[in-house]
Amino acid sequence: MATTTAGTPAPAPKTNRIGLSVIDYRGGKTTLCAGCGHNAISERIIDAMYEMGIKPERVAKLSGIGCSSKSPAYFMGRSHSFNAVHGRMPSVATGAVLANRNLMALGVSGDGDSASIGMGQFVHLMRRNLPIIYIIEDNGVYGLTKGQFSATADMGSKLKTGVINDLPPIDTCAMAITLGATFVGRSFSGDKKQLHAMLKAAIAHQGTVMLDVVSPCVTFNDHEGSTKSYKYMKDHDEPLQEVSFVPAFEDISVEYDAGTTIEVTMHDGSRLRLRKLEEDYDPTNRIRAITRLNEAHEQGEVLTGVFYVNTKAPSFVDLLNITEQPLATLPESIVRPGREVLEQVMEELR
Amino acid sequence: MATTDVALHEASSRGEQKRVVNDMSIQVATVNGSGSQSSNTVLLRSIFQMGVPVSGKNLFPSNIAGLPTWYTIRANKDGYIARKKEIDFVVAMNSETAQEDVMSLAPGAAVLYDEPLNLSALRSDLVFYAVPYDKLVAPVCPEAKLRKLVKNMIYVGVVARLLEIDMAEVEKAIRKQFAKKVKAANLNLAAVQAGYDYAATSLVKQDPYFIQRMDKTQGKIIIDGNSAAALGCMFAGVTFISWYPITPSSSLPEAAIEYMKRFRIGPDGKATFAIVQAEDELAAIGMVIGAGWSGARAMTATAGPGISLMAEFSGLAYYTEIPGVIWDVQRVGPSTGLPTRTSQGDILSTAFLSHGDTKHILLIPCSAEECFSMAHDAFDLAEHFQTLVFVMSDLDLGMNNWMADPFHYPEKPIKRGKVLSKEDLDRVGGFARYKDVDNDGIGYRTLPGTDHPAAAWFARGSGHNEKGQYSERPDDYEKNMERLNRKFETARSFVPRPEVWTGKSKIGIIGYGTSHWALIESRDQLRKEYYIETDYLRLRAYPFTREVHDFVRQHDRVYLVEQNRDAQMLSLLKLDLEPSLIARLYSIAHIHGLPLDARSVTDELMTMEGK
Repeated sequence: MATTTAGTPAPAPKTNRIGLSVIDYRGGKTTLCAGCGHNAISERIIDAMYEMGIKPERVAKLSGIGCSSKSPAYFMGRSHSFNAVHGRMPSVATGAVLANRNLMALGVSGDGDSASIGMGQFVHLMRRNLPIIYIIEDNGVYGLTKGQFSATADMGSKLKTGVINDLPPIDTCAMAITLGATFVGRSFSGDKKQLHAMLKAAIAHQGTVMLDVVSPCVTFNDHEGSTKSYKYMKDHDEPLQEVSFVPAFEDISVEYDAGTTIEVTMHDGSRLRLRKLEEDYDPTNRIRAITRLNEAHEQGEVLTGVFYVNTKAPSFVDLLNITEQPLATLPESIVRPGREVLEQVMEELR
Repeated sequence: MATTDVALHEASSRGEQKRVVNDMSIQVATVNGSGSQSSNTVLLRSIFQMGVPVSGKNLFPSNIAGLPTWYTIRANKDGYIARKKEIDFVVAMNSETAQEDVMSLAPGAAVLYDEPLNLSALRSDLVFYAVPYDKLVAPVCPEAKLRKLVKNMIYVGVVARLLEIDMAEVEKAIRKQFAKKVKAANLNLAAVQAGYDYAATSLVKQDPYFIQRMDKTQGKIIIDGNSAAALGCMFAGVTFISWYPITPSSSLPEAAIEYMKRFRIGPDGKATFAIVQAEDELAAIGMVIGAGWSGARAMTATAGPGISLMAEFSGLAYYTEIPGVIWDVQRVGPSTGLPTRTSQGDILSTAFLSHGDTKHILLIPCSAEECFSMAHDAFDLAEHFQTLVFVMSDLDLGMNNWMADPFHYPEKPIKRGKVLSKEDLDRVGGFARYKDVDNDGIGYRTLPGTDHPAAAWFARGSGHNEKGQYSERPDDYEKNMERLNRKFETARSFVPRPEVWTGKSKIGIIGYGTSHWALIESRDQLRKEYYIETDYLRLRAYPFTREVHDFVRQHDRVYLVEQNRDAQMLSLLKLDLEPSLIARLYSIAHIHGLPLDARSVTDELMTMEGK
């Protein structure tokens, strides 16, 4: 029952640490199917960016082609966005970030966009450790072209038409870890808590974050026999840890048991907390992470959680020794050497 | 100053002979990977330092070691630097090609050969000089491993003696070539001296060719087009370069890396640029587009196969209106084609690169000077028109050494185009990305990261309206495409104008790029040998400016000379001209992969003129 009386000001809308309300992080109305996992991921991105107090103007959204790649239009309308060509968003993101190192790049791709047509660019993005949050909204099918298998579809998974997939899946997480990405995890669009915490940690990370988020396609791949359906995920989701995140700006010190919880301090001082569900899993051990992912495949589990995190590796921006100011807006006095330089070079060529 | 070419006579074993001074082509036939490039550069530089106009062209295989390669040096007192069809002086170092090299010479040419090749028996109408390289190299180069390389310096000495090139200039050229390696310089100098001494004591001059000091290279520089382009880009304020190695473009970004490391590191020791070797050409152009979107002056360099791979992304840049510069150092296609030979074969495919209605601005340099200056034009145009600009160089220009006037420091300030800042947005409130506010087809853009709630716009390759919002409405699509066309039309009056030489002739010649050097020589041949005057227009850009239409209108017959099979530029021009003028166009097209020579053009033009 509305009890506000005239004359009493309405309570101020809730705002985050930079004074923005959650509405400032919203985008256009989604045109994806009702119940599409991608919409849930968009919601989690909005919440995570809002709670982390990231200025929307600092964020550059990038995507390829496909249902997932349409989704940047549906969140963070105050951020610039580039919907590029199929499978080749990584290169656009690379140029964009190097040209302006202050941008926070958020790439949204799909399993078709990354694991098939985009595999060439995907692997090279991973090995450069470019600062970017790269999300694969993974549903195992090409939705926008009406339900063909993608390369992440599991062996034995069945299409609506009855076609069985008989090729092995590509594990984008295992690849990302092998190639050099420094924050790699898998989540499920239906696991609000886990995805939310992982996204916030991703925002705090400096380097390539690769998150494969299983995101069921309600129209073409949510039936009995699919291994990327809501039901299949509910039955087979094997979280490695309970993921929680304490941002640097929240000065909360909660005790934790070092025996059961691993704490990772992120670049900005935030803390990623992983309460172990598996005794001996260490997310800073690359080899172990890859082995564990392979075991999961053997056992038919869909392993989720933070598989690997490395806060020490230099990012691509560091490696290129790029100046602190964005390259994009360096003034002429800096980007055009003086007359004496040209004269010197001419003299050398005489 | 001795600039004479009057016929001096001297007695020789072949009887009374005319002296040919400062007018010859020298061809060195070697095996690639044998280090002959240094020797040839030293020879080229020595002639250049003698004040004689010179050009060097490397005809090399797509291979690292073991296949035949030829290097042609042309010295010409009149300043003609195009490839000369006839070879006057051959240095035959390659046993595999020696016979054919000798058999193809015109009578009277000179052949300097490695003694064991025993070539003098092949013909009686040539001048032969045998040099026992192996015997000469051993004493000057005790280290057997190096002999293969040092051997090539011996012919430099022999040629210097025979042509009367000043040894002081040869030494200077060697010191420059091996600038920081004193030991190597001394070793090579000893080899040159051995060759020189051998020629002085054991060879009798029989050919008519001489190099004599002139003053026509004073103040000039020697540089390859790719290095000139790299320098041009650096002074044009490039901040982002992505590239994928491909002949003949690789040396452009490689030169940029060298120059930028020297001259574009800030006082904080940090780079004011980023250069990335991409995983392929698709990624290279994708990075350019991402960087251009972010606001960098971004470029890549490639060749035909890379251009093909960039097709899809080029359409994205055209349609989302993102600036970027692509250097296409053209080589012979189709497919892999002749990767180390020159061509102008990408004109048509690049002008319309990508699917749908797409078209691009092309700039066409003919010289090292223009590689430098057009870099600036390319970035300014790309940012002014918010589109890709392709600079159509070629292998001959990009990889060969050219004599050039020192480059002029760019006097024009860098122009970044219509970019709205935070302050602009505070003032105007908001903007529509693709709205034609100024009636020139060019909208206003903001850069990602602009700190204003109304700054963001959505770049998308899908249909969009003025605000950049997704739209499949027929009127939105049509309006947008018509605006893009208006923008392209606006570009006509902004791109570099052609260079035109007009008199009263009814015969016009149109050419572009490196064909220019053959064409200025061919026009002189036509005048001197056939008393035919021609007018000439050198294209420097697409879309065509008004001068091009006027030129065709003013002439009865217009020969469009180009280095491809299908008369690609002529086809483009046909699309532009009013129908009554099209019939005036005639094609002279060459596709052999060698730089165009004047004689071929002259002969073909005369045939077509019915003479």
